[in-house]
Amino acid sequence: MTRFSALNLFTKALGGHKGWQEQWPTAEPKASYDAIIVGGGGHGLGAAYYLASKYGITNVAVIEKGWIGGGNTGRNTTIIRSNYLYDESAHLFDHAVKLWDGLSQELNYNVMYSKRGVLMLAHNVHDVQSFKRHIHANRLNGVDNEWLTPEEAQAYCPPLSIDPNARYPVMGAALQRRGGTARHDSVAWGYARGAASRGVDIIQNCAVTGIRRGPDGAVEGVETERGFIAAKKVGVSAAGNSSVLMQMAGLRFPLESYPLQALVSEPIKPVFPCVVMSNTVHAYMSQSDKGELVIGAGTDQYVSYSQRGALHIIEHTLASICEIFPIFRRMRMLRSWGGIVDVTPDRSPILGKTPVPGLYVNCGWGTGGFKATPGAADLLAYTIAHDAPHPINAPFNLERFRTGRLIDEAAAAAVAH
Amino acid sequence: MSGYRVTGAGRVDRARTVAFTFDGQTYQGYEGDTLASALLASGVTLFGRSFKYHRPRGVMAAGVEDANALVSVTRGPGRFTPNLRATAVEIYEGLEASSQNRWPSLKTDMLAVNDRLGMFFPAGFYNKTFMWPRSFWEKLYEPTIRKMAGLGNSPTEIDPDHYTAAYVHCDLLVVGAGRAGLEAALAEAGSDKRVILIDEQNELGGWALSDPDQAQWLAQSVATLTAAANVRILTRCTAFGFYHDNFVGAVERLTDHLAQPGSGAREKLWRIRAGEVVLAQGAIERPLVFEGNDTPGVMLASAARTWLYRYGVAIGRRPALMASHDSGWQDAFAMAAGGVTISAIVDVRDTVDDALLRQAADLGIAVHLGSSVIGVSGRHKVTGVEIAANSGTGRKRIACDALMMAGGWTPTLHLWSHSKGTIAWDESLGAYVPDKANENVRCAGACSGQMDLGTGVVVPALPTPKDASRIKAFVDFQNDVTAKDIGLAVREGFKSIEHVKRYTTNGMATDQGKTSNINGLQLAATALGRPVVDVGLTTFRPPYTPQTFGALAGHAKDALFQATRKTGIDGWAQDNGAVFEPVSQWRRAWYFPQDGEDMHAAVNRECRAVRESVGIFDASTLGKIEVVGPDAAEFLNRMYTNPWKMLEPGRCRYGLLLREDGFITDDGVAGRISPNRFHVTTTTGGAARVLAMMEDYLQTEWPDLDVWLTSTTEQWSVIALQGPRARDVLSALDTDIDLSPEAFPHMSVRLGQICGVPVRLFRVSFTGELGFEINVPAEYGPAVWKQIVAAGQPYGITPYGTETMHVLRAEKGYIIVGQDTDGTVTPMDAGLNWAIGKKKKDFVGKRSLARPDIVAPGRKHLVGLLTEDPSLVLEEGAQIVADPAQPVPMTMLGHVTSSYWSEALGRSIAFALVAGGQERMDETLHIPMPGAVHKAQVSGMVFFDPEGARINV
Amino acid sequence: MLLIHCPYCDEKRPEIEFAYGGEAHIARPLDPSALSDEEWETYLFIRSNARGRHHERWRHIHGCGRFFNAVRDTVTDKFETTYKAGEERR
Repeated sequence: MTRFSALNLFTKALGGHKGWQEQWPTAEPKASYDAIIVGGGGHGLGAAYYLASKYGITNVAVIEKGWIGGGNTGRNTTIIRSNYLYDESAHLFDHAVKLWDGLSQELNYNVMYSKRGVLMLAHNVHDVQSFKRHIHANRLNGVDNEWLTPEEAQAYCPPLSIDPNARYPVMGAALQRRGGTARHDSVAWGYARGAASRGVDIIQNCAVTGIRRGPDGAVEGVETERGFIAAKKVGVSAAGNSSVLMQMAGLRFPLESYPLQALVSEPIKPVFPCVVMSNTVHAYMSQSDKGELVIGAGTDQYVSYSQRGALHIIEHTLASICEIFPIFRRMRMLRSWGGIVDVTPDRSPILGKTPVPGLYVNCGWGTGGFKATPGAADLLAYTIAHDAPHPINAPFNLERFRTGRLIDEAAAAAVAH
Repeated sequence: MSGYRVTGAGRVDRARTVAFTFDGQTYQGYEGDTLASALLASGVTLFGRSFKYHRPRGVMAAGVEDANALVSVTRGPGRFTPNLRATAVEIYEGLEASSQNRWPSLKTDMLAVNDRLGMFFPAGFYNKTFMWPRSFWEKLYEPTIRKMAGLGNSPTEIDPDHYTAAYVHCDLLVVGAGRAGLEAALAEAGSDKRVILIDEQNELGGWALSDPDQAQWLAQSVATLTAAANVRILTRCTAFGFYHDNFVGAVERLTDHLAQPGSGAREKLWRIRAGEVVLAQGAIERPLVFEGNDTPGVMLASAARTWLYRYGVAIGRRPALMASHDSGWQDAFAMAAGGVTISAIVDVRDTVDDALLRQAADLGIAVHLGSSVIGVSGRHKVTGVEIAANSGTGRKRIACDALMMAGGWTPTLHLWSHSKGTIAWDESLGAYVPDKANENVRCAGACSGQMDLGTGVVVPALPTPKDASRIKAFVDFQNDVTAKDIGLAVREGFKSIEHVKRYTTNGMATDQGKTSNINGLQLAATALGRPVVDVGLTTFRPPYTPQTFGALAGHAKDALFQATRKTGIDGWAQDNGAVFEPVSQWRRAWYFPQDGEDMHAAVNRECRAVRESVGIFDASTLGKIEVVGPDAAEFLNRMYTNPWKMLEPGRCRYGLLLREDGFITDDGVAGRISPNRFHVTTTTGGAARVLAMMEDYLQTEWPDLDVWLTSTTEQWSVIALQGPRARDVLSALDTDIDLSPEAFPHMSVRLGQICGVPVRLFRVSFTGELGFEINVPAEYGPAVWKQIVAAGQPYGITPYGTETMHVLRAEKGYIIVGQDTDGTVTPMDAGLNWAIGKKKKDFVGKRSLARPDIVAPGRKHLVGLLTEDPSLVLEEGAQIVADPAQPVPMTMLGHVTSSYWSEALGRSIAFALVAGGQERMDETLHIPMPGAVHKAQVSGMVFFDPEGARINV
Repeated sequence: MLLIHCPYCDEKRPEIEFAYGGEAHIARPLDPSALSDEEWETYLFIRSNARGRHHERWRHIHGCGRFFNAVRDTVTDKFETTYKAGEERR
């Protein structure tokens, strides 16, 4: 692997940039691997990278039905934060945030992690109570999160309207300074390059059509469009398509897949210095390095794999954005798109073993998977390598839906009276 | 007017001159001009700077597909709009436009140094550097990158304009009013079909506006359609997205072209549901890829023809043509016919149709076949081109002051693609064409791929003897993506067109690839040595062109963003100085401060009044559901944890509602009005959710039950009268209900009249005092409220708000679902075991309560918490630990859910969810706060009048 | 915005009149207490999440208020049919 550096870029420039090599070689599937990751998003590519770099398993393939990073990795609004309420969630997401820090250097690939701060707006007394609860819990968990008055929030994010006569006035905000954004595609590419350089085969345009199990029930490998590939360990990290893959192994999962839309404005000069989220008004936004305002919309109400959402969802989202940031009313939407998010009953992920020996799963991230990318990848790799979950992802098991130990962040923030 | 205006040509109104400014300099154009045509007519060639290299740019196309000439327009405070296309801005008297992305001026842009350093900024360069030293990323690299990026500036003030929206239905929607679209509409003009014809431009006609030969037909067609009662014509209206089931979104621009915009809406969102859709969006000409193809003055041949015949503007005195397609020759001939000297025609093809050669010869135009432009001279304006034979020999210069390029045509498939219609590659066109429809939609005219524009060849990049790795031949003009960037992407392993797009940003500019997608695809396919179809095509996504946030938000702003629900008594509260708080969609009176009181003082006074005499509270927001029918009691029995069948008419019961997963979702008191009728109350925020849940079970699980459910939340005004003097106040009013404790005990309901209006009178209490909730028909609420206030004067009756209500209920240990519970709390956790009907075989959520982790020890229990320092009021949300000395991350036992100063007790009180709380009674726990650790003792939750003596009087 | 045929009103109406009701034909067990934890989990949480033909419930909440069932393709979002609650699975 050619090491990237300013000097290297300079040298290659003098040579007309003819000297660059493929960032990850095109691989043809081998007959067998020690482990296969199904799904070439950030989570799956990262898992392969950590298997090879950290857990000593280098005979690995990532199998992707389309192009790597083409699912939710390449379609999300790239928000990174870890100010979750419950210990389990805070530890899970903070594990990821710690890995985000320094990821560019580790991968020798600039993923443009920008610690711009994530500001979450409180619009009523219940929000205030809920955010204070988060802040105190985060503080005792060692996760940064602080309370800002409306004036402090506006100073941090000048386009924010704190008009007390607004329909949903800002009563304060929780700020996680380590939160921010990263460049989504670079995450997938950086992990792919890092994994490939350690011997991982990255196989694109190869859909998995079946998961083969032996007489003892254990995984033997995967059937693909290009034939059978053997592996005793298979990790599935396929987001919206997880149910479909689990069914191939004879498993039915507590998952449903919904359309989720996002949109960007035309690029403008820097004006929006952080990420702002408002659960009550249903809006979240940041500004990309390129200058676009990046805006997340809500899910449609029905199960769908169409990657296509409805206009009224976009209308509602932009009404919400304009309500909180009225100076952007004349800005223009450049592009909107849809993804498929897989949602569990408690809206927390499932990350661990399955009832099928040798089959591991990482799914159910709903609308929040990008921020967890390095953490989920590392923990999936750990679980595959040890055939046992790491203590951080142990609570995110499948059994909790039977026993009742749900991790329901959304319910904890539930709208009250 | 001088410059490049051509006498006698074009559709602009020469009788009406229009003055406007660009970068502060005044120009004149005619009515009907766009900003681009008027500036071109004045000899302006430099319109803007490119995104990355800050290269000087002119106009490349004449329509919305132009990627170069972006401007900002300002028209007074709050009315600043960046990134508009000069080709789509209609001029009006006083228009103020300015160029973007340059400093200090358009002509002298310091950042143009990027162009010189461009070799160090190839595609994806940022992935490879800016990593060392690590701290520089946040402080230096990223802010610098961001500052360089972006196009125009952001608006900085609130937009004073408003926007409107409408739904409309039609049998036929035609998108695009060029020849094909007009014909599709004409076919139904006068029929019984409802037809809508939409076009993005200021007048109907599309390409026909650039072709004088079609002018007469166009005028007749427009007249016919205008006269047809069944046809609605929307101009300046862009159909931007095609959604499920023939639902098309369109935005009509109403005032941006007017010198005096007036007070009407600026834009209107049309939400169109169409029986059939005809897409007649036309086709867009492709640029050719060669060094210098972005020089101001290099433009599409079709655009040059439009400038001449639609706007009466010659793009130069001696333009040349670079073509790979016959249509460019026709454009050049048309220009010549209009009096413009064509200096040369260069065509990459070795042979072309003889007829073209003959016509060129007749017009005296020099022709260079098998040749290509390999360079353009001039920085802010073309001064000449260098050409060479495709073999690389015979380099020569041609003097010209503009260059037309004709690279063939790309059908506009955006809406077709939004509708999920499939597309197929047409090798002869070198473009994708529509294939199978997914909705009731068809394409007509050029966008269908059926065009009669002659033939051409597809050339990913023109041949050049120069070192291709050293030249800048642009593919995506706005984003500064060059042919070599695409080569680099492929070399680095980006082999899917989606990867090429994302790595190079080709097609991601504000034109969304209208002129660059196909060239980028061809270049990538060539570099990969694979057929185009194997490389794919990036997906078209709405909107077709950028659309204003405000238009999509529509009426939903300020007070109309979401309706504020107000009770009938809200006006009285406002008149009497209430401070309000938002609670779900409602606004509720929070407290009633008197002179100089802060919230704390007001709440203490209100609490004292209720405990000592009498208070009055507007409880109308409580959700109310009328449950009626022979099986009403059975139904409630199945829904709620409590038993209902034995409840006698005239009596009330507290009801607890779980989700099927066993967690508390709502609660409220229900009164049995008669054997078959219950008056059920819910929390304020839960009303709609509870009714939906009840309907779900009733309709789909228990359709055998004979029950009707009706929301009555808005039908009743609910006045809570609470305090030891409550009965005295009520007795002073005209009522036929026996209020004596014997006849009307706690937790009962009576029907009768009060103050001359019907009443459902509940004797219930959420304060721990003697209390009544007076339900009267909503329209009588304010009148009855006022009569009660008047009758209460002898007792100092005091209105109180939600904050006092919260304090009083907390003193009594009453929980608030959603504050003291959070969707993870079971009845056992909340200490509400008593509310579970022990003999009931089933109710919603019961089975879940037996799951292993629900019955396991150590769950969080709701308990009381008394601080060691009685004056300290804990913060709600504060976390609780057993050992405050432990290092972070600490083991947290739970959190404070409710916390108040209790005026009645002269100390603070709190509720908390604490792990194993029931087993920790009297244990001292710690609340570590920034700067201090508080101590508190676990207690029961009933702090005041634990015997309930005050209620049962 | 989908266009949905309400089998009670016998009209196609826009999606905003309707509330999605989750997967169809998951009947609440008659005697939940007789179920094992696994069986109860299946009832509560396990869903087909079908990619393709999907049976689902809708409620015409801003119309007749009735729940009904539908078969919809989750890849194209196109409805195959809608039918009244209580009718046989299609």
